[in-house]
Amino acid sequence: MNKLVDARGLSCPQPVMLAQKAIEEGVFPIEVLVDTVTSRENVRRMAEFRKCKVEITQDGDEFRLVLSK
Amino acid sequence: MLNRLTRFFASRWGIILAGGLIGVLGPLLQKLGNPPNMGICVACFERDIAGALGLHRASVVQYIRPEIIGFVLGSTIAALIFREFKARSGSAPIVRFILGAFAMIGALAFLGCPWRANFRLAGGDLTAIPALFGLILGIGMGVWFLRKGYNLGRSHKTYTAVGWIMPVLMIGLLLLGIFQPVFSEGGPIFSSEKGPGSLHAPLLISLGIGLLIGFLAQRTRFCTMGAVRDVILMRDFHLLSGLLALLVMAFLTNLVLGQFNPGYTAQPIAHSNLLWNILGMVLAGLAYALAGGCPGRQLFLSGEGDGDSGVFVLGMITGAAFAHNFNLAAKTDAVVDGVLKVGGLSTAGMVAVILGILVCIVIGFTMREKTA
Repeated sequence: MNKLVDARGLSCPQPVMLAQKAIEEGVFPIEVLVDTVTSRENVRRMAEFRKCKVEITQDGDEFRLVLSK
Repeated sequence: MLNRLTRFFASRWGIILAGGLIGVLGPLLQKLGNPPNMGICVACFERDIAGALGLHRASVVQYIRPEIIGFVLGSTIAALIFREFKARSGSAPIVRFILGAFAMIGALAFLGCPWRANFRLAGGDLTAIPALFGLILGIGMGVWFLRKGYNLGRSHKTYTAVGWIMPVLMIGLLLLGIFQPVFSEGGPIFSSEKGPGSLHAPLLISLGIGLLIGFLAQRTRFCTMGAVRDVILMRDFHLLSGLLALLVMAFLTNLVLGQFNPGYTAQPIAHSNLLWNILGMVLAGLAYALAGGCPGRQLFLSGEGDGDSGVFVLGMITGAAFAHNFNLAAKTDAVVDGVLKVGGLSTAGMVAVILGILVCIVIGFTMREKTA
């Protein structure tokens, strides 16, 4: 069971804060749900900066980011 | 192609390009007629719009600023092209309205938003330095609340038409600005004949530059509050590099255009009352941090369909009306017969700034939601 971070509808900087907290907890893979491109890019940038691999899939106008080490 | 552009705009060079270009265009707008050290000021320009509509009657600050219209519509165009236009709303709109109103009251205690604070500094106005410290302090307070779990709740996807309200309002404003109808004798639409409101670049140039900045800022998420917040919150210097690019390029452009005049007192449309420059920006910074974006960013978000940011903007315009009707906005420094008369706030203005800080603190403490 992946760790799930549901950041849909949350405004900046909440999605990044939540994803960062999950990374710090250290249980991978982490699944992050966001619903704006801004949040997608912000989470991606933060995760890549922290040496995570990021896989992104789009589902309608929502995005699912899977972060793994 | 669009994807590659999106990656570029999201990159470090993308944000530096946007910030740097804004830094050049601000002083250029000033050269073309905008007020001194006010090439672009989101707070001042929204205040001028409030005045043009007659929501306040300070006759020197009334003009429908096409830059603001361009910011929103430029963002709309970018969001449509890149398929990011998305109507959303419902994250505590009334709180955002109040935050917008007090953000404006704070900004008008200093006489500028974070954009203008940087343009003022780039023009040699040293009072901007303590004001920027105040801004950082206010944002720092906001970050503290964020860490404690402050959150205005989720927004929700809504009818597309909701997202179009702000862009359509801006088109309406543009028409009022172009045709300048008179709705009653001695009534609005007003356009200042003297003072800062009378100083403006040609309409089409202002609009065009506004559209360009709106487009770039929507793509790069340029935000002057986020720049400081991200550094404090997570040591992320991405947005800050854009803001620093703005400051450096504005400084260089001012040097080239002969618009750099260093000094601390009697700077254009500014006052040198240290305490209230700082506290005004503490209030503004805290309100922007709690609302999740600087006044510019709120305009760009409102252009891409974010109804809550639209409410923040309307709150700012309302706050501007109160600021001038209730004499809360700062008086500028004046030199009378060679003697400096330091400007600053009325007693009511001081009370309003303190009240605003208290209200923001109450909002920060009382509005927390478990999100995980």
